[in-house]
Amino acid sequence: MPGLLQRRLVFVTGKGGVGKSTVAISLGLLAARRGLRVIVAELASQDRVRQAFDRSGEIFEEVQVSDGMFTISIDPQSAMEEYLRVKTGSVGQVLGSSRLFAAFAMATPGMRELLTIGKVWELAQFERRTSGAGVYDLVIVDSPAAGHGVGILRTPRTFAEIARVGPIAHQARTIAATIADPEFTAVIAVSTAEEMPVNETLWLRDALAQDELALDAVIVNGCYPERFRDAERKRLEAARRRAKSPLVGAALGAALSEHARAQAQREQLARLRDGLGTGLLELPLLFSEEVGPAELEQLADGLDAGLATLESVPV
Amino acid sequence: MPRVSELLEGKRVCVCGGSGGVGKTTTSAAIALGMAAEGAKVAVVTIDPAKRLANALGLQELENEPRRVPPARLAKAGVEIQGELWAMMLDPKRTFDELIDRIAADPQRAQELKSNRVYRELSTAVSGSQEFTAVAKLYELDRDGDFDLLVLDTPPSRNAVDFLDAPGRLTSFLEGRALKTFVRPTGIGMRVLGRGASPLLGALRRITGVDLLSDLSTFFALLGDMTEDFSERAAQVQRMLTASTTAFLLVTSAQRSAIDEAIWFRRTLSESELPFAGVIVNRVHHDVLGDAEPDDLVSSLGDLPADLAARVAENFTDYHLLARRDGRNLARLQAEMGDRPLLLVPHLDDDVHDIEGLLAVKRYLFASDVERERLIADVVA
Repeated sequence: MPGLLQRRLVFVTGKGGVGKSTVAISLGLLAARRGLRVIVAELASQDRVRQAFDRSGEIFEEVQVSDGMFTISIDPQSAMEEYLRVKTGSVGQVLGSSRLFAAFAMATPGMRELLTIGKVWELAQFERRTSGAGVYDLVIVDSPAAGHGVGILRTPRTFAEIARVGPIAHQARTIAATIADPEFTAVIAVSTAEEMPVNETLWLRDALAQDELALDAVIVNGCYPERFRDAERKRLEAARRRAKSPLVGAALGAALSEHARAQAQREQLARLRDGLGTGLLELPLLFSEEVGPAELEQLADGLDAGLATLESVPV
Repeated sequence: MPRVSELLEGKRVCVCGGSGGVGKTTTSAAIALGMAAEGAKVAVVTIDPAKRLANALGLQELENEPRRVPPARLAKAGVEIQGELWAMMLDPKRTFDELIDRIAADPQRAQELKSNRVYRELSTAVSGSQEFTAVAKLYELDRDGDFDLLVLDTPPSRNAVDFLDAPGRLTSFLEGRALKTFVRPTGIGMRVLGRGASPLLGALRRITGVDLLSDLSTFFALLGDMTEDFSERAAQVQRMLTASTTAFLLVTSAQRSAIDEAIWFRRTLSESELPFAGVIVNRVHHDVLGDAEPDDLVSSLGDLPADLAARVAENFTDYHLLARRDGRNLARLQAEMGDRPLLLVPHLDDDVHDIEGLLAVKRYLFASDVERERLIADVVA
């Protein structure tokens, strides 16, 4: 089984608020460090990657953000127009400018998702359909939050079943096959060590299994360090009761909070490990005033070390 | 800093919007709890509550109607309720089916429609069905008029604005605007497509696949004149959402991405002329240190072993960095909100998974300024 960064397409999914985009970006930095030409694709008109690197760019434009690393923000409308232009020549031009067709396409259940994932598929191909576009070694997709994230992976298959014949069905089947090919595609989940994200991750694993897809790795973000031992808690509590200044009291309170949170996190991590039956990659909480380029590189270091450990364990 | 009860004075509908992972469900439930405590008969419609919280509130997956949270259960958690707290978990598929049942000309038509492949995909899949049914359910409950206040948790969409967009998109689709030109209520879609007079229709057939269009035509044939009902409903829902008795509360965390979403959401509310009532920010790290230097902290902790004291000081410094990060993000949010104050809830030590947890959040949301200061001092120190 190829390592995570040896695939051509990696979907990064997970509940909202767990730092999914940050992990997707850091994964991109790691891939670029290893000499890969990588693009991080964002969906639904988000542009967090461009923001993180302070770059400007148009929607649907492949923008370089650092050495070997690019980003694109995919919207269904642009994906549809490109598809029509490339696939159907002059007729496509007519359709592309037809508001009726656009309305139909956009309103058809699942069509927006199919168009979006169609573009993702195109980015990962050895031969690009988009004229003048370069080939990527790796496409990382910052997928929508879990429920929708799984939905977008399912869409090609669903569409192929509904449409059955015609170019769209054919395209959908091709994309579905690519997603299901473990040599080509990986799906990873980002979580935090909290109840809801852990529930979501376990749910995601089950939902993917229903479609015969595997959850290739789980990355737990924002892990508190184990700073204080259980045996020290009583001492800290006593000291807080005795505290003469509010500042000292606050410091001791913060210490006790940290201890409580770290403990709660450990419980959730255990639950996740038990539920998954596989290893986890833990990333530390970054105590910094902002999550800027330096912090992203730090996370990339963490991913590097973590992946090495995960991938050294035989499946 | 306002109390939530002030923000919701005179309101009958409260919609809690915001991006995923910010604590919307918890906040919605805590608001409902607080308003019920003050005497109102409140129903909270949750979308995707955590199992433990759902159990604590007695939410049943099998029901699609509000159920009263037993007062005894609340009393046990230390809450004295003057009013009533009701709660439910939204089932989008069921809500959709119920809507069809209500609107269809007869049960047979309803059944045919519910078996149609396009309908099944539409009522369960990604295309905004959660958002659509959340609003539909809210509308039903509002029309029934059984409650003083309805609080709606919104789906964890990839972006908060989805909640405002998706119902409209879905309604447009159901209204058949896109296909009105070539699907007649009495005709079968294929007959119309078979004529294929214009190159457009031919290309459409070629590109999208005959079967898909056939299914869609059947779907619309079945919907028939129900599409007018959807339009009518959509108009009524719009009236409910823009009413002076409706309030949109923004829920966010201090994370940069959540705040970006909140700002976008606020602007969209403005543009759509939807009534914005306030912002609640969860999981805030309060800056206790400010500009003070923690250097002598270690010596002030003299009665602790040196190593432990050093770790306490290091932890405090780290916490302070997080507080400053939050502060910067909040400043950006405040700038957007102008003179409208933000309602801050501190980062609590554990997830909210029971009524006691809801109570803890509720205290912040309903506290006076004095009470809130005292609460925060307790949390941090």
